[in-house]
Amino acid sequence: MSSDYEYSDDDVDNVFDDDELMADGDSDGDDGMEMDDFKVVPKATRKAYELEYDSLSQPAVEKLMEKDVEYIRGILGVDDNTASLLLRHMGWNKERLIEKYMDNANKTLVAAGVIRPEPEAVKPSKRPITRRATKQRSPSPPKSSGSFTCSICFDDAPGLTPLSLECGHAACSGCWEAYITSKIRDEAEHVCRCMAEGCGLVAPDSFIRGAIDEDGFIRFQELLVRHFVGCNKNLKFCPYPSCTNTVSCPSGASKSSLTTVVPIVSCGARGLASDGAPLSQSQELVKRATGKEHKFCFGCVIDSDHRPVVCAVATLWLKKCRDDSETANWIKSNTKECPKCVSTIEKNGGCNHMTCKKCKHEFCWVCMGPWSEHGTAWYSCNRYDEEAGVNARDAQSKSRASLERYLHYYNRWANHEQSAKLAQDLFAKTEKKMEEMQITSTLTWIEVQFMKKAAEELDKCRVTLKWTYAMAYYLAKGNQKELFEDNQRDLERAVEDLSELLESPIEPENIPALRQKVTDKTVYVQKRNDIVLEDTAEGFVEGRWAWNVSVDGFEAPAAEPDTAL
Amino acid sequence: MASISSRRLQKELTEIHMEGCPVGITLVKADDFETWWFTIEVMGESVYRSEVYTLQFRFEPNYPISAPAVTFVVTDGRKAPLHPHVYSNGHICASILGNEWSPVLSVVSVCITLQSMLASCKKKEPPVDNDRYVRTAPDNPKKTRFVYHDDTV
Ligand SMILES: [Zn+2]
Ligand SMILES: [Zn+2]
Ligand SMILES: [Zn+2]
Ligand SMILES: [Zn+2]
Repeated sequence: MSSDYEYSDDDVDNVFDDDELMADGDSDGDDGMEMDDFKVVPKATRKAYELEYDSLSQPAVEKLMEKDVEYIRGILGVDDNTASLLLRHMGWNKERLIEKYMDNANKTLVAAGVIRPEPEAVKPSKRPITRRATKQRSPSPPKSSGSFTCSICFDDAPGLTPLSLECGHAACSGCWEAYITSKIRDEAEHVCRCMAEGCGLVAPDSFIRGAIDEDGFIRFQELLVRHFVGCNKNLKFCPYPSCTNTVSCPSGASKSSLTTVVPIVSCGARGLASDGAPLSQSQELVKRATGKEHKFCFGCVIDSDHRPVVCAVATLWLKKCRDDSETANWIKSNTKECPKCVSTIEKNGGCNHMTCKKCKHEFCWVCMGPWSEHGTAWYSCNRYDEEAGVNARDAQSKSRASLERYLHYYNRWANHEQSAKLAQDLFAKTEKKMEEMQITSTLTWIEVQFMKKAAEELDKCRVTLKWTYAMAYYLAKGNQKELFEDNQRDLERAVEDLSELLESPIEPENIPALRQKVTDKTVYVQKRNDIVLEDTAEGFVEGRWAWNVSVDGFEAPAAEPDTAL
Repeated sequence: MASISSRRLQKELTEIHMEGCPVGITLVKADDFETWWFTIEVMGESVYRSEVYTLQFRFEPNYPISAPAVTFVVTDGRKAPLHPHVYSNGHICASILGNEWSPVLSVVSVCITLQSMLASCKKKEPPVDNDRYVRTAPDNPKKTRFVYHDDTV
């Protein structure tokens, strides 16, 4: 493994600052292994396609925020509320905040909504005022002597409590609650300014805590964490619905690293969050064991694994699929001519093995090459640029040929995507088979786990395969591409074999043999998957991959007509 | 819980009945606390001189916490004014109806703001992106995230 991927634990801590260490107790004990002054060895055996990252729970991120607040409080001599508002205003950039504050404290406090601008010009030499911004009770409600009418809802019931920020713009507690709750829930906004028009004061945390209910405050805290994470390029919030974990991944954070690394990370949680209802301990255990990992890309917006292909190419491919979906559907649903007798052929059914009714010529629907070169399995057609296919296509129009080429990759990509979507079915079917096996054989629950392992492995490999088609579509012709497609074909074959095996009916007397076979094939498929991922990742580090289109951060493509659409 | 909007709108309505609307603004219909109609007219020298437009306000139960949905009525022969911030479907691109809405603003203050928005207009022309917007606009303008053309309205 090249050392480009390695960094010491110190570097991880540097995410935040040179002078701070990460709050302890949040790094799940994985750094209890430092040895004196030696560079820390990366965890176990990290593969070329894996990179180091940390999963942080929401409380762990909150601890990091508290540290920053504490730091600013100490340096600027302000209270927690003020330090928090200042930091949020400056996007958690402590250095810039200190600089600005030293330059003009008043201006900074006004801009952050901590204080109101003073009506008259302030002498520049004036020392900053840092009084508490939270005053729960406004001194004088609009009307004198006890009776208060809320200026928002016009309620004037006797026991009504007027609330205001430092500015004194009072409203009843009900209106404040409705206002702040609507900001937080409907607008996902953590900056709640005073309701008075033109008043820029921002409600500090202690005011918000007092004004809204517990649920609302929890949501508010999550918004604060999201904002903090959004301000720090080394952090990313887990995109899975209702997950509140964060991943820290400095090595995937710079744009330049994205030509050599595919920063796929996992937030540490599994499965979908339960909708509010707390899980029992056993339910929690089941979820942890069976739920899907929250995998996402740290480098781009794709919220799933897109290895082995780098972000820029994966994004390019997804955009192309979106843009071309109409053309692709048109072409797919249309007829083609038999490459031999040029009579019109219509495709009916999913199989790509076509036979011309007139001349009995057999050919592949996708690449138009003779079927005889495909063997008996469709997956031999992972490679598009076969001589025969090229010749057959030359007869067709050029633009059509490039669409065909796109479709070749697209169909395979979509096929694996579809299969991955059906993974839940596969898991359910597998579970059933496992139960069946326990009944019809002497195998225990533990001993039938091999089926589940196989299904999981298949799922993973299909994700890899899917993206290899996006990669191959953009790879420039040449030896490297051929080697890539060789690896792809081997994985494709291994996956189909294992998948067939999993679907085969179970005969009680064959279970021990089946178990052996499945286990062997699972190991094999795992190995093939590793080879594809490992070799591609190494290729990126070595700069081995060249593209047929221009890709951000890579060398411009050599002129290669016909391939790019 | 009785909605905030009913008490507040009752109060605004009472004030309108007692004090009347500012010049050029007339209450047409306020039968409930969901939809109100006003007509507005620019007084004095203006490119909209002696033209009367109808404004519709729609309120959610948590008005005035949430801004009212305000549009020019474009049915039954009524038209939206030709103005760089008013789309031909009646939608209005004004920041006080969006991110600069404040719960202390009122129906009348919105009318006045829109009236002065028209009054300050020197040349009648539609928004540059009118056709594109109108083709895809949601029914409720509050669902649109306007990029405000300028900060003055
Ligand atoms: Zn109130
Ligand atoms: Zn205020
Ligand atoms: Zn997650
Ligand atoms: Zn990515």
